[in-house]
Amino acid sequence: MGIVGKVAAAAAIVVCGSVFSLALAGSDDQSDAHADKAQLHKLIADYQRPASIPFPEDNPYSDAKSELGKMLFFDPRLSVSNLISCATCHNPSFAWEDAQPLGSGDKMGQLGRHTPTILNLAWSEVFFWDGRADSLEEQALGPIAAAAEMAQPLDELVDELNAIEGYKTAFEAAFPGEGISEDNIAMAIATFERTVVSNLSAFDRWVRGDGQAISASAQRGFVVFNKKARCANCHSGWNFTDDSFHDIGLASDDPGRSEVLGGDILKHAFKTPGLRNIVERAPYMHDGSLQTLSEVVDHYDNGFVERDSLSEEMQQLGLTGDEKTDLIAFLKTLSSNDDPIDLPVLPN
Amino acid sequence: MPVRHKNVLAGFGVVCVLGVAGISVALAAANHEVLEADKKFSAKTLEISVGDTVTFVNNDSIKHNITIKKMKFNSGLQEPGRDVEVMFDKNGKFKVRCGIHPKMKLKVVVN
Repeated sequence: MGIVGKVAAAAAIVVCGSVFSLALAGSDDQSDAHADKAQLHKLIADYQRPASIPFPEDNPYSDAKSELGKMLFFDPRLSVSNLISCATCHNPSFAWEDAQPLGSGDKMGQLGRHTPTILNLAWSEVFFWDGRADSLEEQALGPIAAAAEMAQPLDELVDELNAIEGYKTAFEAAFPGEGISEDNIAMAIATFERTVVSNLSAFDRWVRGDGQAISASAQRGFVVFNKKARCANCHSGWNFTDDSFHDIGLASDDPGRSEVLGGDILKHAFKTPGLRNIVERAPYMHDGSLQTLSEVVDHYDNGFVERDSLSEEMQQLGLTGDEKTDLIAFLKTLSSNDDPIDLPVLPN
Repeated sequence: MPVRHKNVLAGFGVVCVLGVAGISVALAAANHEVLEADKKFSAKTLEISVGDTVTFVNNDSIKHNITIKKMKFNSGLQEPGRDVEVMFDKNGKFKVRCGIHPKMKLKVVVN
């Protein structure tokens, strides 16, 4: 996939002043879009892509580990039915989601939440919609073992993989002298997942100084995103997430983060998803209840449920039709047309 | 931003205990203050001793939370201006996070 190299190549980011003047010149709402060039320089600086993928000290990158992780990720034998792989739901053809409102699990049972993408997880702090896993390694084993998802007892999985000669060889290459274990399965999958990074998008080229990379409408939308619509209060940084938890007022009784923390705090709050390749990731939200970006924008504008747990960030926005159009034009610039992924040949 | 330390027993930093079999020396528990501002703790790592307390001071304008999974500690919502005090009575390494803003994290090493 060559993703590591692509990310490393994104190190040098040039900010061009002409970009900002374009963004301002096209704005219809000067009161909200007005910002001097210095302010916009600062805004754009917040969206610089990182130079390289971070790997944890206790699970450093190796080619052998990543290749093994990729094999495991695409292998349906990791489920008790031998029919569901991680990639069944985290499908690279749908930006590593499944294009369904809610995920499906063992015996095609419907799950309670929308399948989140695995794009750019190397930069995440906590995992799952409710943040119940503290590391990608911990997350990786969760769906495999969960009764409603892949329902695979992990000790039996170790035995099954040990019976496949090609896996014994692959684990030996990735973890010399350690053999196959639950921990090593998790570390290999997590290593592969950290290499799944969205490519450069038109927005990134604009940030680097190509003033023609995105349309005037998208440039106005960037200002709306950061100012009047307040999106960037949570969808912040190059991956467009603060990795934090908010109740955004969806009409769902899912307790979300409060179930993890206990008590009444953060009821109905879920982790802010990143927005890279968001066009390819419909439907939207943790419950998959919104079908289009237009519905999403309308929700944030004034379509949310008022309740005690609602995030303080949620406010009536009063967006005009043109502002909504510009906002969506901006969101479309986050698509990166990622290269098709080469499927691994699995040992049998 | 540096971590401010303060001894609970200021001026009595070391308490000497005379015993029948000899003299033993017990260190008084200390209190360490960690500030919260701009969705960050004022330190990334804090080394303390068993029995010490840490006071987390929310100097931010938004609510935070102190969660220490390994200790099964959860402060609930921490309003701006409110302190949360935690006593570390076992040695080891403890990851402290804000449960709302998990990028706010601190490693506490208890010796």
